[in-house]
Amino acid sequence: MSFLSFLKKRRPRKEQARDRGILVFENTSEVIRAENALKAAGWMVKVKGPPPEIRTGCDLVIEFPLIEELNVLRVLESASVKPLKVVPVQSALLEPVSLFHTKDFGDYLMIRAANMKLTVDKKTLTVVNISGGGCPDVPFLAQEMVGKRLSEAPSPRAIGHTLCGYALQLAYEEMQRQCSR
Amino acid sequence: MLAVVGTVPVENFPLVSGEVRLEKDALLLEGKCIPVNRGTPALLAAAIVAGEILGNPPPFAYLVGDIGTGKGSRMLYDYLTKHLLLEGFGVLTFHYLQPDVDWHNRVLFAVEAMKPRPALIADAGFMYAAKMSGQAGAYDLFTPDAGEIAFLADEEAPHPFYTRGFILHEDNRVPELIIRAYEHDNAARCLLVKGKSDYVASCEGILATVDEPLVEALEPVGGTGDTVTGIVSALVASGMRVEQAAVIAARVNRLAGLYANPTPATQVIDLIRHIPRATAEVLKESQPWRLRSKAQGSSSLFALEINMFPH
Repeated sequence: MSFLSFLKKRRPRKEQARDRGILVFENTSEVIRAENALKAAGWMVKVKGPPPEIRTGCDLVIEFPLIEELNVLRVLESASVKPLKVVPVQSALLEPVSLFHTKDFGDYLMIRAANMKLTVDKKTLTVVNISGGGCPDVPFLAQEMVGKRLSEAPSPRAIGHTLCGYALQLAYEEMQRQCSR
Repeated sequence: MLAVVGTVPVENFPLVSGEVRLEKDALLLEGKCIPVNRGTPALLAAAIVAGEILGNPPPFAYLVGDIGTGKGSRMLYDYLTKHLLLEGFGVLTFHYLQPDVDWHNRVLFAVEAMKPRPALIADAGFMYAAKMSGQAGAYDLFTPDAGEIAFLADEEAPHPFYTRGFILHEDNRVPELIIRAYEHDNAARCLLVKGKSDYVASCEGILATVDEPLVEALEPVGGTGDTVTGIVSALVASGMRVEQAAVIAARVNRLAGLYANPTPATQVIDLIRHIPRATAEVLKESQPWRLRSKAQGSSSLFALEINMFPH
Protein backbone atom coordinates (compact mmCIF):
# COMPACT_ATOMS: atom_id res chain seq x y z
CA MET A 1 0.00 0.00 0.00
CA SER A 2 1.45 3.38 -0.96
CA PHE A 3 1.63 6.32 1.46
CA LEU A 4 -0.95 8.23 -0.56
CA SER A 5 -3.41 5.37 -0.63
CA PHE A 6 -2.97 5.01 3.14
CA LEU A 7 -3.86 8.68 3.56
CA LYS A 8 -6.82 8.30 1.27
CA LYS A 9 -8.16 5.43 3.31
CA ARG A 10 -7.82 7.30 6.58
CA ARG A 11 -9.57 10.44 5.44
CA PRO A 12 -12.97 11.01 7.01
CA ARG A 13 -15.99 10.23 4.86
CA LYS A 14 -17.12 13.84 4.40
CA GLU A 15 -13.66 14.84 3.31
CA GLN A 16 -13.71 12.12 0.66
CA ALA A 17 -16.99 13.42 -0.75
CA ARG A 18 -15.23 16.66 -1.63
CA ASP A 19 -13.21 14.74 -4.18
CA ARG A 20 -16.36 14.11 -6.12
CA GLY A 21 -18.36 16.07 -8.55
CA ILE A 22 -21.71 15.50 -10.17
CA LEU A 23 -22.71 15.90 -13.77
CA VAL A 24 -26.22 17.26 -14.18
CA PHE A 25 -28.12 16.63 -17.41
CA GLU A 26 -31.34 17.84 -18.92
CA ASN A 27 -33.10 14.48 -18.63
CA THR A 28 -32.55 10.89 -17.60
CA SER A 29 -32.02 9.66 -21.16
CA GLU A 30 -28.99 11.95 -21.42
CA VAL A 31 -27.71 10.58 -18.12
CA ILE A 32 -27.99 7.07 -19.50
CA ARG A 33 -26.14 8.07 -22.71
CA ALA A 34 -23.41 9.78 -20.69
CA GLU A 35 -23.06 6.79 -18.37
CA ASN A 36 -22.71 4.48 -21.37
CA ALA A 37 -20.04 6.74 -22.94
CA LEU A 38 -18.05 7.12 -19.72
CA LYS A 39 -18.16 3.43 -18.84
CA ALA A 40 -17.13 2.52 -22.39
CA ALA A 41 -14.14 4.83 -21.92
CA GLY A 42 -13.19 2.99 -18.74
CA TRP A 43 -14.46 5.41 -16.09
CA MET A 44 -15.91 3.90 -12.94
CA VAL A 45 -18.66 6.48 -12.60
CA LYS A 46 -21.78 5.98 -10.50
CA VAL A 47 -25.35 6.99 -11.21
CA LYS A 48 -27.04 8.46 -8.15
CA GLY A 49 -29.87 10.67 -6.97
CA PRO A 50 -29.20 14.40 -6.98
CA PRO A 51 -28.81 16.48 -3.82
CA PRO A 52 -32.00 18.24 -2.62
CA GLU A 53 -31.07 21.67 -4.00
CA ILE A 54 -31.19 20.49 -7.61
CA ARG A 55 -33.91 17.85 -7.52
CA THR A 56 -36.88 18.26 -9.82
CA GLY A 57 -38.65 14.94 -9.32
CA CYS A 58 -37.38 12.34 -11.72
CA ASP A 59 -33.64 12.77 -11.94
CA LEU A 60 -30.34 11.02 -11.91
CA VAL A 61 -26.86 12.52 -11.79
CA ILE A 62 -23.46 11.01 -12.48
CA GLU A 63 -20.92 11.05 -9.69
CA PHE A 64 -17.29 11.19 -10.81
CA PRO A 65 -13.83 12.05 -9.41
CA LEU A 66 -13.81 15.84 -9.58
CA ILE A 67 -10.13 16.06 -10.37
CA GLU A 68 -10.78 14.28 -13.66
CA GLU A 69 -13.32 16.83 -14.81
CA LEU A 70 -11.57 17.80 -18.02
CA ASN A 71 -11.02 14.23 -19.10
CA VAL A 72 -14.59 13.33 -18.32
CA LEU A 73 -15.93 16.33 -20.23
CA ARG A 74 -13.75 15.43 -23.19
CA VAL A 75 -15.28 11.95 -23.36
CA LEU A 76 -18.77 13.42 -23.12
CA GLU A 77 -18.05 15.97 -25.83
CA SER A 78 -16.89 13.27 -28.19
CA ALA A 79 -20.12 11.39 -27.44
CA SER A 80 -22.12 14.60 -28.11
CA VAL A 81 -23.75 14.61 -24.71
CA LYS A 82 -23.24 17.81 -22.82
CA PRO A 83 -24.03 18.20 -19.11
CA LEU A 84 -26.08 21.21 -18.03
CA LYS A 85 -23.59 21.80 -15.22
CA VAL A 86 -20.80 20.24 -13.24
CA VAL A 87 -20.89 20.83 -9.49
CA PRO A 88 -18.87 19.56 -6.54
CA VAL A 89 -20.69 17.26 -4.15
CA GLN A 90 -21.84 19.32 -1.17
CA SER A 91 -24.35 16.99 0.40
CA ALA A 92 -25.14 13.30 0.49
CA LEU A 93 -26.28 11.74 -2.74
CA LEU A 94 -29.08 9.24 -2.74
CA GLU A 95 -28.25 5.64 -3.47
CA PRO A 96 -30.53 3.92 -5.98
CA VAL A 97 -32.33 0.81 -4.85
CA SER A 98 -30.08 -2.16 -5.52
CA LEU A 99 -32.06 -5.12 -4.22
CA PHE A 100 -33.85 -7.57 -6.47
CA HIS A 101 -36.86 -9.67 -5.67
CA THR A 102 -37.43 -12.81 -7.73
CA LYS A 103 -40.72 -14.69 -7.84
CA ASP A 104 -41.16 -17.99 -9.65
CA PHE A 105 -44.64 -18.60 -11.10
CA GLY A 106 -43.80 -22.01 -12.58
CA ASP A 107 -43.76 -21.31 -16.31
CA TYR A 108 -42.96 -17.65 -15.68
CA LEU A 109 -40.28 -15.75 -13.79
CA MET A 110 -40.83 -12.25 -12.38
CA ILE A 111 -38.04 -9.96 -11.21
CA ARG A 112 -38.66 -6.73 -9.37
CA ALA A 113 -36.10 -3.93 -9.10
CA ALA A 114 -37.23 -0.96 -7.04
CA ASN A 115 -40.78 -0.28 -8.22
CA MET A 116 -40.54 -2.11 -11.58
CA LYS A 117 -41.43 -5.72 -12.37
CA LEU A 118 -40.44 -7.68 -15.47
CA THR A 119 -41.93 -11.10 -16.21
CA VAL A 120 -40.79 -13.60 -18.85
CA ASP A 121 -41.94 -16.97 -20.08
CA LYS A 122 -39.19 -19.32 -18.92
CA LYS A 123 -39.41 -21.63 -21.95
CA THR A 124 -39.39 -19.05 -24.72
CA LEU A 125 -37.71 -16.18 -22.80
CA THR A 126 -40.45 -13.92 -24.12
CA VAL A 127 -41.31 -10.80 -22.13
CA VAL A 128 -44.95 -11.33 -21.14
CA ASN A 129 -45.57 -8.43 -18.77
CA ILE A 130 -44.12 -5.25 -17.33
CA SER A 131 -45.76 -3.71 -14.30
CA GLY A 132 -45.20 -1.13 -11.58
CA GLY A 133 -43.76 2.32 -12.00
CA GLY A 134 -45.41 5.65 -12.59
CA CYS A 135 -43.36 7.59 -15.11
CA PRO A 136 -44.73 7.96 -18.64
CA ASP A 137 -42.18 5.72 -20.30
CA VAL A 138 -43.50 2.65 -18.44
CA PRO A 139 -46.47 2.10 -20.78
CA PHE A 140 -44.14 2.88 -23.72
CA LEU A 141 -41.53 0.37 -22.56
CA ALA A 142 -44.25 -2.25 -22.09
CA GLN A 143 -45.60 -1.54 -25.55
CA GLU A 144 -42.14 -1.97 -27.11
CA MET A 145 -40.95 -4.98 -25.08
CA VAL A 146 -43.93 -7.21 -24.29
CA GLY A 147 -44.30 -10.07 -26.76
CA LYS A 148 -40.63 -10.03 -27.75
CA ARG A 149 -37.88 -12.39 -26.69
CA LEU A 150 -35.38 -10.98 -24.21
CA SER A 151 -32.68 -11.14 -26.87
CA GLU A 152 -34.79 -9.24 -29.40
CA ALA A 153 -36.56 -6.70 -27.21
CA PRO A 154 -35.02 -3.23 -27.02
CA SER A 155 -33.35 -2.70 -23.67
CA PRO A 156 -34.90 -0.14 -21.31
CA ARG A 157 -31.52 1.60 -21.33
CA ALA A 158 -31.84 2.14 -25.07
CA ILE A 159 -35.40 3.49 -25.19
CA GLY A 160 -36.30 4.48 -21.62
CA HIS A 161 -36.03 8.01 -20.29
CA THR A 162 -36.86 8.06 -16.58
CA LEU A 163 -35.96 6.56 -13.24
CA CYS A 164 -38.67 3.94 -13.74
CA GLY A 165 -36.99 3.07 -17.05
CA TYR A 166 -33.67 2.86 -15.27
CA ALA A 167 -35.15 0.55 -12.61
CA LEU A 168 -36.58 -1.65 -15.37
CA GLN A 169 -33.10 -1.84 -16.91
CA LEU A 170 -31.80 -3.25 -13.62
CA ALA A 171 -34.57 -5.87 -13.62
CA TYR A 172 -33.82 -6.63 -17.29
CA GLU A 173 -30.10 -7.15 -16.57
CA GLU A 174 -30.88 -9.37 -13.60
CA MET A 175 -33.35 -11.35 -15.73
CA GLN A 176 -30.69 -11.85 -18.42
CA ARG A 177 -28.25 -12.96 -15.75
CA GLN A 178 -30.65 -15.46 -14.21
CA CYS A 179 -31.86 -16.80 -17.54
CA SER A 180 -28.35 -17.37 -18.85
CA ARG A 181 -27.44 -19.71 -15.97
CA MET B 1 -68.45 14.03 -13.75
CA LEU B 2 -65.02 12.44 -13.75
CA ALA B 3 -62.04 14.09 -15.45
CA VAL B 4 -58.79 12.20 -15.98
CA VAL B 5 -55.40 13.76 -16.73
CA GLY B 6 -52.69 11.52 -18.16
CA THR B 7 -50.58 10.38 -21.06
CA VAL B 8 -50.57 7.86 -23.90
CA PRO B 9 -47.33 6.11 -24.93
CA VAL B 10 -47.09 7.63 -28.40
CA GLU B 11 -44.48 10.34 -28.94
CA ASN B 12 -46.35 12.59 -31.35
CA PHE B 13 -49.85 12.09 -30.02
CA PRO B 14 -51.33 15.61 -29.79
CA LEU B 15 -52.82 17.20 -26.71
CA VAL B 16 -56.53 16.42 -26.79
CA SER B 17 -59.40 16.90 -24.37
CA GLY B 18 -63.00 15.83 -24.38
CA GLU B 19 -65.40 13.02 -23.53
CA VAL B 20 -64.00 9.54 -23.96
CA ARG B 21 -65.79 6.44 -25.17
CA LEU B 22 -64.73 2.81 -25.37
CA GLU B 23 -65.35 0.83 -28.53
CA LYS B 24 -63.92 -2.56 -29.39
CA ASP B 25 -61.14 -2.41 -26.80
CA ALA B 26 -60.00 1.07 -27.88
CA LEU B 27 -60.69 4.55 -26.54
CA LEU B 28 -62.21 7.16 -28.82
CA LEU B 29 -61.46 10.79 -28.10
CA GLU B 30 -61.67 13.75 -30.47
CA GLY B 31 -61.48 11.44 -33.48
CA LYS B 32 -58.42 9.65 -32.11
CA CYS B 33 -58.37 5.92 -31.49
CA ILE B 34 -56.22 4.86 -28.52
CA PRO B 35 -55.51 1.17 -27.85
CA VAL B 36 -56.11 0.08 -24.27
CA ASN B 37 -53.01 -1.58 -22.98
CA ARG B 38 -51.94 -0.17 -19.64
CA GLY B 39 -51.33 3.28 -18.19
CA THR B 40 -53.90 6.03 -18.47
CA PRO B 41 -55.86 4.32 -21.30
CA ALA B 42 -56.38 1.31 -18.97
CA LEU B 43 -57.51 3.63 -16.17
CA LEU B 44 -59.98 5.33 -18.50
CA ALA B 45 -61.33 2.06 -19.89
CA ALA B 46 -61.92 0.74 -16.36
CA ALA B 47 -63.61 4.01 -15.35
CA ILE B 48 -65.86 3.87 -18.42
CA VAL B 49 -67.07 0.29 -17.95
CA ALA B 50 -67.53 0.66 -14.18
CA GLY B 51 -69.23 4.02 -14.76
CA GLU B 52 -71.73 2.45 -17.17
CA ILE B 53 -72.93 0.15 -14.38
CA LEU B 54 -73.16 3.16 -12.05
CA GLY B 55 -75.05 5.30 -14.58
CA ASN B 56 -72.18 7.80 -14.89
CA PRO B 57 -71.74 9.96 -17.99
CA PRO B 58 -68.60 9.20 -20.04
CA PRO B 59 -65.48 10.61 -18.38
CA PHE B 60 -63.71 13.70 -19.66
CA ALA B 61 -60.00 13.31 -20.40
CA TYR B 62 -57.00 15.54 -20.90
CA LEU B 63 -54.43 13.41 -22.74
CA VAL B 64 -51.12 13.93 -24.48
CA GLY B 65 -48.41 11.71 -25.93
CA ASP B 66 -45.34 11.17 -23.74
CA ILE B 67 -42.84 8.34 -23.97
CA GLY B 68 -40.91 9.49 -20.91
CA THR B 69 -39.07 12.55 -22.16
CA GLY B 70 -41.49 14.73 -20.22
CA LYS B 71 -42.14 16.94 -23.25
CA GLY B 72 -45.80 15.97 -23.57
CA SER B 73 -46.37 16.13 -19.81
CA ARG B 74 -45.00 19.68 -19.63
CA MET B 75 -47.22 20.71 -22.55
CA LEU B 76 -50.22 19.26 -20.73
CA TYR B 77 -49.27 20.90 -17.41
CA ASP B 78 -49.02 24.23 -19.19
CA TYR B 79 -52.38 23.69 -20.87
CA LEU B 80 -54.07 22.84 -17.56
CA THR B 81 -52.82 26.00 -15.88
CA LYS B 82 -54.49 28.02 -18.66
CA HIS B 83 -57.48 26.02 -19.82
CA LEU B 84 -58.63 23.66 -17.04
CA LEU B 85 -62.41 23.73 -17.04
CA LEU B 86 -63.40 25.31 -13.76
CA GLU B 87 -66.87 23.81 -13.44
CA GLY B 88 -68.60 20.51 -13.86
CA PHE B 89 -66.08 18.04 -12.50
CA GLY B 90 -66.83 16.16 -9.28
CA VAL B 91 -63.61 14.16 -9.46
CA LEU B 92 -60.24 14.95 -10.97
CA THR B 93 -57.81 12.04 -11.32
CA PHE B 94 -54.14 12.58 -12.20
CA HIS B 95 -52.12 9.70 -13.52
CA TYR B 96 -49.04 8.89 -15.64
CA LEU B 97 -47.33 12.25 -15.93
CA GLN B 98 -43.66 13.13 -15.70
CA PRO B 99 -43.08 13.98 -12.03
CA ASP B 100 -42.17 17.66 -11.85
CA VAL B 101 -42.68 19.54 -8.61
CA ASP B 102 -42.80 23.01 -10.10
CA TRP B 103 -45.46 22.09 -12.66
CA HIS B 104 -47.37 20.10 -10.05
CA ASN B 105 -47.64 23.18 -7.86
CA ARG B 106 -48.83 25.36 -10.73
CA VAL B 107 -51.50 22.81 -11.67
CA LEU B 108 -52.65 22.47 -8.06
CA PHE B 109 -52.94 26.25 -7.89
CA ALA B 110 -55.22 26.16 -10.95
CA VAL B 111 -57.29 23.38 -9.38
CA GLU B 112 -57.86 25.45 -6.25
CA ALA B 113 -59.85 27.89 -8.41
CA MET B 114 -62.39 25.19 -9.34
CA LYS B 115 -65.87 25.65 -7.92
CA PRO B 116 -66.87 23.44 -6.29
CA ARG B 117 -63.50 21.91 -5.65
CA PRO B 118 -63.51 18.36 -7.05
CA ALA B 119 -62.33 15.30 -5.17
CA LEU B 120 -58.66 14.92 -6.09
CA ILE B 121 -57.18 11.49 -6.81
CA ALA B 122 -53.54 10.93 -7.74
CA ASP B 123 -51.64 7.86 -8.83
CA ALA B 124 -48.36 7.11 -10.62
CA GLY B 125 -46.04 9.97 -11.59
CA PHE B 126 -48.34 12.76 -10.49
CA MET B 127 -48.61 11.17 -7.04
CA TYR B 128 -44.79 11.16 -6.87
CA ALA B 129 -44.74 14.90 -7.59
CA ALA B 130 -47.57 15.54 -5.11
CA LYS B 131 -45.60 13.82 -2.34
CA MET B 132 -42.35 15.53 -3.24
CA SER B 133 -44.03 18.94 -3.29
CA GLY B 134 -45.09 18.51 0.34
CA GLN B 135 -48.73 18.98 -0.64
CA ALA B 136 -49.98 15.40 -0.38
CA GLY B 137 -52.62 16.56 2.11
CA ALA B 138 -54.38 18.51 -0.64
CA TYR B 139 -55.50 15.22 -2.17
CA ASP B 140 -58.47 13.07 -1.24
CA LEU B 141 -56.99 9.77 -2.38
CA PHE B 142 -53.65 8.28 -3.38
CA THR B 143 -53.59 4.77 -4.81
CA PRO B 144 -50.01 3.53 -4.29
CA ASP B 145 -48.87 -0.06 -4.66
CA ALA B 146 -46.71 -1.74 -2.03
CA GLY B 147 -43.52 -0.24 -3.48
CA GLU B 148 -45.01 3.22 -3.71
CA ILE B 149 -46.24 3.20 -0.10
CA ALA B 150 -42.61 2.58 0.90
CA PHE B 151 -41.68 5.64 -1.16
CA LEU B 152 -44.42 7.72 0.52
CA ALA B 153 -43.16 6.49 3.89
CA ASP B 154 -39.60 7.61 3.15
CA GLU B 155 -39.57 11.33 3.81
CA GLU B 156 -36.24 11.65 2.00
CA ALA B 157 -37.00 9.81 -1.24
CA PRO B 158 -37.88 11.94 -4.29
CA HIS B 159 -38.83 8.83 -6.32
CA PRO B 160 -39.48 5.13 -5.53
CA PHE B 161 -36.09 4.39 -7.12
CA TYR B 162 -34.40 6.00 -4.12
CA THR B 163 -36.43 4.48 -1.31
CA ARG B 164 -33.93 3.77 1.44
CA GLY B 165 -33.15 0.14 2.18
CA PHE B 166 -34.47 0.10 5.73
CA ILE B 167 -37.86 1.21 4.43
CA LEU B 168 -38.03 -0.99 1.35
CA HIS B 169 -41.38 -2.59 0.90
CA GLU B 170 -42.47 -6.00 2.03
CA ASP B 171 -46.14 -6.78 2.00
CA ASN B 172 -46.26 -7.51 5.72
CA ARG B 173 -44.85 -4.05 6.54
CA VAL B 174 -47.52 -2.05 4.73
CA PRO B 175 -49.42 -1.05 7.92
CA GLU B 176 -46.32 0.49 9.51
CA LEU B 177 -45.39 2.21 6.23
CA ILE B 178 -48.86 3.77 6.12
CA ILE B 179 -48.37 5.16 9.63
CA ARG B 180 -44.97 6.54 8.68
CA ALA B 181 -46.36 8.18 5.52
CA TYR B 182 -48.98 10.01 7.61
CA GLU B 183 -46.43 10.95 10.29
CA HIS B 184 -44.44 12.83 7.67
CA ASP B 185 -47.52 14.34 5.95
CA ASN B 186 -46.78 12.43 2.77
CA ALA B 187 -50.18 10.81 2.31
CA ALA B 188 -53.50 11.95 0.93
CA ARG B 189 -56.57 12.16 3.17
CA CYS B 190 -57.29 8.54 2.22
CA LEU B 191 -54.97 5.83 0.91
CA LEU B 192 -55.84 2.74 -1.11
CA VAL B 193 -52.69 0.64 -0.99
CA LYS B 194 -52.77 -2.06 -3.66
CA GLY B 195 -51.02 -5.36 -3.02
CA LYS B 196 -51.42 -8.91 -1.82
CA SER B 197 -53.84 -7.39 0.66
CA ASP B 198 -55.39 -4.05 -0.25
CA TYR B 199 -55.49 -1.51 2.58
CA VAL B 200 -57.79 1.48 2.89
CA ALA B 201 -56.40 3.92 5.41
CA SER B 202 -56.57 7.45 6.73
CA CYS B 203 -54.56 9.37 9.30
CA GLU B 204 -56.60 7.51 11.90
CA GLY B 205 -55.19 4.16 10.79
CA ILE B 206 -56.27 1.25 8.65
CA LEU B 207 -59.98 1.45 7.94
CA ALA B 208 -60.38 -1.74 5.93
CA THR B 209 -58.44 -4.60 4.45
CA VAL B 210 -59.51 -6.42 1.32
CA ASP B 211 -57.69 -9.65 0.60
CA GLU B 212 -60.13 -11.86 -1.23
CA PRO B 213 -60.26 -13.26 -3.78
CA LEU B 214 -56.48 -13.65 -3.89
CA VAL B 215 -55.23 -14.33 -7.43
CA GLU B 216 -51.44 -14.65 -7.32
CA ALA B 217 -51.07 -14.52 -11.10
CA LEU B 218 -52.31 -10.91 -11.16
CA GLU B 219 -49.13 -9.55 -9.56
CA PRO B 220 -47.07 -9.48 -12.78
CA VAL B 221 -49.97 -8.23 -14.93
CA GLY B 222 -49.24 -4.64 -15.92
CA GLY B 223 -52.13 -2.22 -15.56
CA THR B 224 -54.06 -3.82 -12.67
CA GLY B 225 -53.19 -0.82 -10.50
CA ASP B 226 -54.43 1.48 -13.25
CA THR B 227 -57.77 -0.32 -13.39
CA VAL B 228 -58.39 -0.07 -9.64
CA THR B 229 -57.68 3.67 -9.82
CA GLY B 230 -60.14 3.93 -12.70
CA ILE B 231 -62.82 2.02 -10.80
CA VAL B 232 -62.44 4.06 -7.61
CA SER B 233 -62.57 7.26 -9.67
CA ALA B 234 -65.85 6.16 -11.26
CA LEU B 235 -67.31 5.22 -7.87
CA VAL B 236 -66.41 8.57 -6.32
CA ALA B 237 -67.82 10.33 -9.40
CA SER B 238 -71.10 8.48 -8.78
CA GLY B 239 -71.34 10.20 -5.41
CA MET B 240 -69.87 7.56 -3.15
CA ARG B 241 -67.62 8.53 -0.25
CA VAL B 242 -63.95 8.11 -1.01
CA GLU B 243 -63.31 5.54 1.75
CA GLN B 244 -66.27 3.39 0.75
CA ALA B 245 -65.40 3.69 -2.94
CA ALA B 246 -61.86 2.52 -2.19
CA VAL B 247 -63.09 -0.64 -0.47
CA ILE B 248 -65.55 -1.45 -3.24
CA ALA B 249 -63.02 -0.72 -5.99
CA ALA B 250 -60.49 -3.07 -4.41
CA ARG B 251 -63.11 -5.83 -4.31
CA VAL B 252 -64.29 -5.19 -7.87
CA ASN B 253 -60.74 -5.28 -9.24
CA ARG B 254 -59.97 -8.55 -7.46
CA LEU B 255 -63.20 -10.15 -8.62
CA ALA B 256 -62.66 -9.01 -12.23
CA GLY B 257 -59.16 -10.47 -11.97
CA LEU B 258 -60.56 -13.77 -10.78
CA TYR B 259 -63.09 -13.88 -13.63
CA ALA B 260 -60.29 -13.22 -16.14
CA ASN B 261 -58.69 -16.51 -15.00
CA PRO B 262 -55.27 -14.98 -15.54
CA THR B 263 -51.77 -16.30 -16.01
CA PRO B 264 -48.72 -14.03 -15.56
CA ALA B 265 -48.92 -13.46 -19.33
CA THR B 266 -52.49 -12.09 -19.27
CA GLN B 267 -52.95 -8.54 -20.54
CA VAL B 268 -55.03 -6.04 -18.60
CA ILE B 269 -57.72 -5.71 -21.28
CA ASP B 270 -58.80 -9.24 -20.35
CA LEU B 271 -59.46 -8.05 -16.81
CA ILE B 272 -61.25 -4.88 -17.95
CA ARG B 273 -63.80 -7.00 -19.85
CA HIS B 274 -64.93 -8.49 -16.52
CA ILE B 275 -65.22 -5.21 -14.60
CA PRO B 276 -68.93 -4.63 -15.44
CA ARG B 277 -69.94 -8.04 -14.07
CA ALA B 278 -67.70 -7.64 -11.00
CA THR B 279 -69.00 -4.10 -10.34
CA ALA B 280 -72.62 -5.20 -10.57
CA GLU B 281 -72.01 -8.14 -8.23
CA VAL B 282 -70.08 -6.20 -5.60
CA LEU B 283 -72.63 -3.39 -5.61
CA LYS B 284 -75.46 -5.88 -5.31
CA GLU B 285 -73.67 -7.56 -2.41
CA SER B 286 -73.24 -4.17 -0.75
CA GLN B 287 -76.91 -3.27 -1.22
CA PRO B 288 -78.29 -5.29 1.73
CA TRP B 289 -75.73 -3.57 3.92
CA ARG B 290 -76.82 -0.22 2.58
CA LEU B 291 -80.46 -1.08 3.31
CA ARG B 292 -79.61 -2.45 6.73
CA SER B 293 -77.62 0.64 7.46
CA LYS B 294 -80.64 2.81 6.69
CA ALA B 295 -83.04 0.55 8.60
CA GLN B 296 -80.86 0.63 11.66
CA GLY B 297 -80.59 4.38 11.43
CA SER B 298 -76.84 4.17 11.13
CA SER B 299 -75.24 7.26 9.67
CA SER B 300 -72.26 5.28 8.57
CA LEU B 301 -72.60 2.85 5.71
CA PHE B 302 -68.83 2.71 5.66
CA ALA B 303 -68.71 1.41 9.22
CA LEU B 304 -70.75 -1.57 8.09
CA GLU B 305 -68.69 -2.00 4.93
CA ILE B 306 -65.44 -2.24 6.79
CA ASN B 307 -66.85 -4.82 9.13
CA MET B 308 -67.18 -7.05 6.11
CA PHE B 309 -63.40 -7.01 5.76
CA PRO B 310 -61.92 -7.21 9.20
CA HIS B 311 -58.17 -6.84 9.31
